[in-house]
Amino acid sequence: MNRLNQLFNTKKDNLLSIYFTAGYPQLNTTLDIAEALEKAGVDFLEIGFPYSDPVADGPAIQHSSQTALENGMTLNVLFEQLKDLRKHVSIPIMLMGYVNPIVQYGVERFCKKAAEVGVDGIIVPDLPIYEYEKLYSGFFKDNNLSNIFMVTPQTSEERICKIDELSNSFIYLLSSSTITGINLQLSNSIEDYYKRIKAMQLKNPTIFGFGITNNESFKKACEYANGAIVGTAFVKLLGTENYLEKIQGFVKSIRP
Amino acid sequence: MNYGVNELGYYGDFGGAYIPEMLYPNVEELRTKYLSIINDADFKAEFDQLLRDYVGRPSPLYHAKRYSERYGANIFFKREDLNHTGSHKINNAIGQILLAMRLGKKRIIAETGAGQHGVATATVCALKGIECVVYMGEIDMERQAPNVSRMKMLGAKVVPATSGSKTLKDATNEALRDWIGNPVDTHYIIGSVVGPYPYPDMVARFQSIISFETKKQLLEKTGKELPEYVMACVGGGSNAMGMFYHFLDDENVKLVAVEAAGKGVESGLSAATTFLGREGVLHGSRTLLMQTDDGQVVEPYSISAGLDYPGIGPQHAYLYKVNRAQYVSITDDEALQAGLLCSQLEGIIPAIETAHALAQLEKMKFKPGDNVVICISGRGDKDLDTYIKYFNF
Repeated sequence: MNRLNQLFNTKKDNLLSIYFTAGYPQLNTTLDIAEALEKAGVDFLEIGFPYSDPVADGPAIQHSSQTALENGMTLNVLFEQLKDLRKHVSIPIMLMGYVNPIVQYGVERFCKKAAEVGVDGIIVPDLPIYEYEKLYSGFFKDNNLSNIFMVTPQTSEERICKIDELSNSFIYLLSSSTITGINLQLSNSIEDYYKRIKAMQLKNPTIFGFGITNNESFKKACEYANGAIVGTAFVKLLGTENYLEKIQGFVKSIRP
Repeated sequence: MNYGVNELGYYGDFGGAYIPEMLYPNVEELRTKYLSIINDADFKAEFDQLLRDYVGRPSPLYHAKRYSERYGANIFFKREDLNHTGSHKINNAIGQILLAMRLGKKRIIAETGAGQHGVATATVCALKGIECVVYMGEIDMERQAPNVSRMKMLGAKVVPATSGSKTLKDATNEALRDWIGNPVDTHYIIGSVVGPYPYPDMVARFQSIISFETKKQLLEKTGKELPEYVMACVGGGSNAMGMFYHFLDDENVKLVAVEAAGKGVESGLSAATTFLGREGVLHGSRTLLMQTDDGQVVEPYSISAGLDYPGIGPQHAYLYKVNRAQYVSITDDEALQAGLLCSQLEGIIPAIETAHALAQLEKMKFKPGDNVVICISGRGDKDLDTYIKYFNF
């Protein structure tokens, strides 16, 4: 049982997670931002590590990744920054990044290191299920890390069931098939999708991501899922002045 | 086929489909349907008819006499430059547009480097009356301006890729992002033997017409189906894979793949992937990839926009690893000189991409009587500006 499991065991509704890119806006802001988010009441965190070619991301997160890389962020630097993570932050933490930097770092070494600093879950959007099962799932299990899979409105029910079986913390529901940073349009087809997922009665909790920007979209997501992740809207805030002081207000604007 | 893809989409350790879930339904649809579609008799008949009447196939196999004298072997040019639209790229574009229509797609997207694939895609979309959006790196739009105009004239929308290095890799990222956002009605015509499975295999099959014809033509001209050498340039590697395809299992045929060394392999300005790359994941497949120790993709460099790519198709990575093909590299200067030589010895102005393969002839040691086929993947019209500047014509 990791912190994610504990969280989902005790809290079922209106869970809020925030994504930000490590190394953005400055190289050494990772822990400060994480602490501020915990203080503001966020339930769990998704810390991205940058990649040169983030195909699933829109302009705002692309920009944060490029800036982070220019600032010198690497996995080595990130793990060094997170060395004392658990002295400062107690909420569950996920790392999110693309597969190539992890493969170069060494997947086993990456999992060990993540567990060592107190990370609970990993999100790798371009790591396929087959390769995960065949090559890497042992490393995740040995280190008590949850691998978090995504589901889109186009994902078949059969595949959703497979993902439910492989998951052990939550399932990341994308509100539409889109890159990050696209505003959520609440069309009928998305309502249908929400309902379809809810009706499947999955064993894992579900969290919505992509397109959650304000209280309205957060509330909508929480009608059908256990909570939501905000990414782009928060990364944009980090691009403004005195952003640390604005974090409290930002979180309240999403979930009063 | 010994060097072909397995049922999981791999060539040895290379290949696979490393894609975000958002792309899974699109790629899965292709994976489950592409073989039955392209093996269907109606498809084959339409593909063959268009290649013949529209593209102008078979492309000639030309015995280059003055080249043969110079290099002391029988040098044959496989004339993909004579295809409609001026390069081998049209073979794949025709195949994929017919496939897209059978999948019921209403909109086509593509990436392009030199613009040849973009032009080929814009052409087949015009032919079939389908909406076409081509992503092209902002830098490539400048250095291949005539092709941008051609695409626009053909009715395509050309969207500049302004992220990263603003070249082919970034155009590919933008096309993938478009596809994520348009999962149902859009087909992505990838222009090379790269991307998630089944693209590397599908594109190789469409390009394999090059070596299929070559075998027959060689038999007619030399009395032997098999040459001693087959040579081609490699960026992502589609003309090379088409040129190698039907020779892969003929182990006595030496395959030579020519990468772009740019300013020199050690100069920091190069696109010689097998020399500079390590195993990694790019654009959906596990392959050889130019990258930092931290796994960030390195921005490649070549004067040739079509070879300016930090990866290589997974089947090439495999052929390299098992030593089935030899991978070499040629600098900008060597390529441009070879382009000039070919123009003045044979009256053929080759694309700068192709000129890399021609330049390798200077370094080969042939025996008299050796038959050598080299793929003239494209013509040099699009590169005139670069040649003119370099040689001060």
